[in-house]
Amino acid sequence: MATLMATLQYIISTVEFNHSGELLATGDKGGRVVIFQQEQENKIQSHSRGEYNVYSTFQSHEPEFDYLKSLEIEEKINKIRWLPQKNAAQFLLSTNDKTIKLWKISERDKRPEGYNLKEEDGRYRDPTTVTTLRVPVFRPMDLMVEASPRRIFANAHTYHINSISINSDYETYLSADDLRINLWHLEITDRSFNIVDIKPANMEELTEVITAAEFHPNSCNTFVYSSSKGTIRLCDMRASALCDRHSKLFEEPEDPSNRSFFSEIISSISDVKFSHSGRYMMTRDYLSVKIWDLNMENRPVETYQVHEYLRSKLCSLYENDCIFDKFECCWNGSDSVVMTGSYNNFFRMFDRNTKRDITLEASRENNKPRTVLKPRKVCASGKRKKDEISVDSLDFNKKILHTAWHPKENIIAVATTNNLYIFQDKVN
Amino acid sequence: MSAEVPEGASAEEQKEMEDKVTSPEKAEEAKLKARYPHLGQKPGGSDFLRKRLQKGQKYFDSGDYNMAKAKMKNKQLPTAAPDKTEVTGDHIPTPQDLPQRKPSLVTSKLAG
Repeated sequence: MATLMATLQYIISTVEFNHSGELLATGDKGGRVVIFQQEQENKIQSHSRGEYNVYSTFQSHEPEFDYLKSLEIEEKINKIRWLPQKNAAQFLLSTNDKTIKLWKISERDKRPEGYNLKEEDGRYRDPTTVTTLRVPVFRPMDLMVEASPRRIFANAHTYHINSISINSDYETYLSADDLRINLWHLEITDRSFNIVDIKPANMEELTEVITAAEFHPNSCNTFVYSSSKGTIRLCDMRASALCDRHSKLFEEPEDPSNRSFFSEIISSISDVKFSHSGRYMMTRDYLSVKIWDLNMENRPVETYQVHEYLRSKLCSLYENDCIFDKFECCWNGSDSVVMTGSYNNFFRMFDRNTKRDITLEASRENNKPRTVLKPRKVCASGKRKKDEISVDSLDFNKKILHTAWHPKENIIAVATTNNLYIFQDKVN
Repeated sequence: MSAEVPEGASAEEQKEMEDKVTSPEKAEEAKLKARYPHLGQKPGGSDFLRKRLQKGQKYFDSGDYNMAKAKMKNKQLPTAAPDKTEVTGDHIPTPQDLPQRKPSLVTSKLAG
């Protein structure tokens, strides 16, 4: 696999390919967005697909202060979602805890030259020296990529935004915070509709929060949201204006004799993603990835253990807060493989057809281009084989929370704390 | 699956011991309870969630404090608002209300 590695200044907080896979956006804790672009395929050297280079960098969000509550509002970018391309420009939504912004990214590769009243450097000419007239023409210039904020969707969330999702109608999108989900129109910034509200009248009765939400990829009336209690609710916006009553509730029954102090914490769903087909959805909780068939609510159809060896470390993971880490997950383009991150800069892939899984590491040692990544193995206990890593020597500060898969090709983006890795399949 | 069970142990105690042997999760729970005996009766309950909702560095507001103190002279001490997540307006923010400032700049992952 060929690799690219880019080091970003701040902790990477989100990674997302656009619909064609040509662009890859990253958001970071400093409120910046960095977009990478895939080079045009080199037809002669067909042993590798185009590499990704920096295309545009801009400051999306700034830190703010809520004076009423005396709280600071982080500029960290929680999520980026691309709109499908409609014209020459690219559009994306980026959000921090409170405000969503629609950004237009456009290219400029020509500029007008030959003005009558201005010199080329911008100085004005003395009109009395003008003796002939000419028509200004466009001449090529070095490519400039400009990002400009086109819409700012603010003041609709009391709590912290964890998800945004663009509807398949490409006109509306949803934003979800801990207790509420709002529906927006991309053109309208001064109004949004509340479609889910789980805030109890008495906050003492609060038992669960919304952890993620997503629109169905094909049905514009359907969306799902996951909770901290491990449930997923599917809602149909045709049923009523306020979707507090779900159409479907997905929950795996728990064996009450297995219940422990940690049960609820590790069942909290950190990410939910529909398959491209729209038939399945995937959820990530602390120790596993589950695939659900939308037609079956009472249990997932597939469960994959990401790092089961951590079950005997839950006490220390609770003490160092790692048990609250929010891992994301993603599908490949054909929905046959799913991927998610783990600790020690490991990430895992599960092939749904062959039932094989693999653990890989994103690290500088493997960074030499065209190095094939070696599969890794964690030894849970007992005798450690050569090349295995024991659970106790895992670095829990090196976590891979964000990963993304190219929509069409076998190219993946993996974010460690400060570094972005792009891995590609060997092309023969 | 039982290990040596002392004579006369009840069925419940037997099961508990078996659990500790067979379930790593229960063993971890026992470890945690040993270290923090007063840990909340409601596991993963309101405390966590409220902490999660209250994200971001909270600062003491002397304006709120003084205004509320002035109002208080005429009234009884206001009962704690049902909505404990927000400290604004009439609720007098005292230093105890504000969460401990963490020594490092890293905010709790719970609120992340």
